Amino acid sequence: MFKIGKKRLLAAALATLVSGIAQAKTDLTMYYPIAVGGPLTKVVDGMVSDFEKQNPDIHVNAIYAGNYNDARVKALAALKSGQPAQLAVMFSIDVHELMDLHAIIPFDEMAKTPEDKAWLHSFYPALMKNGEVNGKTWGVPFQRSTIVMYYNKDMFRAAGLDPNHPPATWKELVSMGEKLTHKDANGDVTQWGLMIPSTGYPYWMFGALTKENGQVLMNQAGTKTYFDKPAVVEALSFWKSLGTQYHIMPKGTIDWGTLRQNFLDQKTAMMWHSTGNLTAVKNNAKFDFGVAMLPANKEPGSPTGGGNFYLFKHSTPEQREAAFKLVKFMTSPEEAAKWSIATGYMGVSPAAYKTPALESYVKTFPQAAVARDQLKYATAELSTHQSGRVRKLLDDAIQAALTGEESPKAALSSAQKQATRILRRYH
Amino acid sequence: MTRNQQLYAWLLLLPALALLTAFTYMPTVATIWHSFTGSGMQDNVGFNLDNYRDLIDDDVFWQVLRNNLIYAAVTVPVSIVLALVMALWVNSKIRGKGALRLAYFTPTILPMISVANIWLFFYTPEIGLFNTILGWFGHKGYNWLGDPNLSLYSLMLMAIWKEAGFFMIFYLAALQGISPDLYQAAELEGAGRWTRFRRITLPLLMPTTLFVLINAFLNAFKLVDHLFILTKGGPNNASNLLLYYIYENAFSFFDTAYASALTVALLLILVVIALIQFGVIERRVHYR
Repeated sequence: MFKIGKKRLLAAALATLVSGIAQAKTDLTMYYPIAVGGPLTKVVDGMVSDFEKQNPDIHVNAIYAGNYNDARVKALAALKSGQPAQLAVMFSIDVHELMDLHAIIPFDEMAKTPEDKAWLHSFYPALMKNGEVNGKTWGVPFQRSTIVMYYNKDMFRAAGLDPNHPPATWKELVSMGEKLTHKDANGDVTQWGLMIPSTGYPYWMFGALTKENGQVLMNQAGTKTYFDKPAVVEALSFWKSLGTQYHIMPKGTIDWGTLRQNFLDQKTAMMWHSTGNLTAVKNNAKFDFGVAMLPANKEPGSPTGGGNFYLFKHSTPEQREAAFKLVKFMTSPEEAAKWSIATGYMGVSPAAYKTPALESYVKTFPQAAVARDQLKYATAELSTHQSGRVRKLLDDAIQAALTGEESPKAALSSAQKQATRILRRYH
Repeated sequence: MTRNQQLYAWLLLLPALALLTAFTYMPTVATIWHSFTGSGMQDNVGFNLDNYRDLIDDDVFWQVLRNNLIYAAVTVPVSIVLALVMALWVNSKIRGKGALRLAYFTPTILPMISVANIWLFFYTPEIGLFNTILGWFGHKGYNWLGDPNLSLYSLMLMAIWKEAGFFMIFYLAALQGISPDLYQAAELEGAGRWTRFRRITLPLLMPTTLFVLINAFLNAFKLVDHLFILTKGGPNNASNLLLYYIYENAFSFFDTAYASALTVALLLILVVIALIQFGVIERRVHYR
């Protein structure tokens, strides 16, 4: 046994040596995160090996790096250690911090030919918002989502509501939610009308409520936040009132991680969640479910979310060229369609929805198109300099208000005050 | 000792010393240095006390410190008493004690992250185990992790469940090391069960108790894996602990300098605890 092993090892070593001499391969290291369930690493590996088949002179080392936060930590640690990755999929909202660290280059530097420039303009504009800073494009959309409303059509029917008319306004959300909330003889709730998760990514859900109330949370340059604007306070008061005043949602915070199971176990008639969960809900729901755009107050809206491709500065010209090629491949309509079907993330360009694969998928499963249709109302996700800290300020304020520790106004003004102090030096 | 013996001793100590220096002492010194000379991600911006000034002004720091002290004050005594009770129980002559020992020890061998993922579903209000059980008695249950008055205690409950079995093993080993002669002699003298426990078992277990106490305190400050899954310190820092807050500052906010200052604060706390334990309690420990 050992002999065979040794021989094989020798052969492998020789083969690498020979191929190394025959053609200087360009080695690429790519980090990518996965934030939703399912065996998605296999899908990514499959896409990468397809790319390598088309480009035998490029070798890609695709490394699964945990969740978004882990991926960022690993990529930056690799950068510091002097063995950096050449590209990575990271949170679309990391852009300001990556720029502050001088870690990334804009895609405009690489896109010189007319075809490349056209490619850079082929994506949905809403998905480019988080990646465009100072007139340049630093991030290209890959695994992108918005928030949508999943609702249980069987429960709608049971409550005498039209299953094809989900709530389109905040008012309808409350009135339908009241009909969908059931209590037993003791007055204990057995079925909730609605759940909006408030752990994990509270600022993201809140971005939807504020957009619907006609207000964004920050400026495009990421140097100012608007947490204490009246429309923002109103949005948080509305979120809180769903639990405390209308009683259609549990009080306190609602866990991001277990919410999908709550919906699948029919404990809530509606939930707000990432489109990235669509395939998992589809595979596990034992009832008739619908997907709808989020209801509007002054206007409809949701923030986009998810990960973008970034190119790192610390790489050779050949590596940059190869990395650019890989990004173009991964975001091409065919690959984007494949990725979208496997996950529920959006096809990142209109062309992706015109591919036969995605077109026929959407036809048999129209829920998959809701996120795309919502894109025209979408806004950027909260992203500033010192993103992590600013985000936590808002998260804490939201949770303080929802749990009744502070009034929405007090919590948000204190968050705004601290955010202003942090962002002062970036003006 | 001869010179040769001296040299020999140092050579034997060298591997451990080298590892300790590389991975414990140097990082400690570097952290302290960074906390006085760093700012954000930058090194060596000149000696300053800004990080410590921020720390004193930081409400969240004081909150996580308070949380951590409550966490230690509850989990340490409860899990030790529980461990002792379980050890006495499985050390007595009962049937199926092998199975019982295994049952008590199981939580310890499970990885914290997987345990937390299971408990996350236990705690979930609508579909969780705890509220289902409460529901049988007509109670409408709690929002265990989502209520700021409960979330820290929910974390403690899991930590105690996880830790007690581990400490039980040490007590069990110590109990089996106590000579039965002592009990027989005491019995001849007419000592009751309680007296035997108080005058023989407890004093002879003191070295184990000290060991367990130190470990329990350390764990209360250095085990935060479950926070990543269960609450992420929320809602609004109600269940945040010092080490998790350090992690947030270092790896979510990339403010390594401030994280260093927080680490120094944590180190100081641990040093004080160690001094108290070795200085005060050890005098009461009876070693044979």
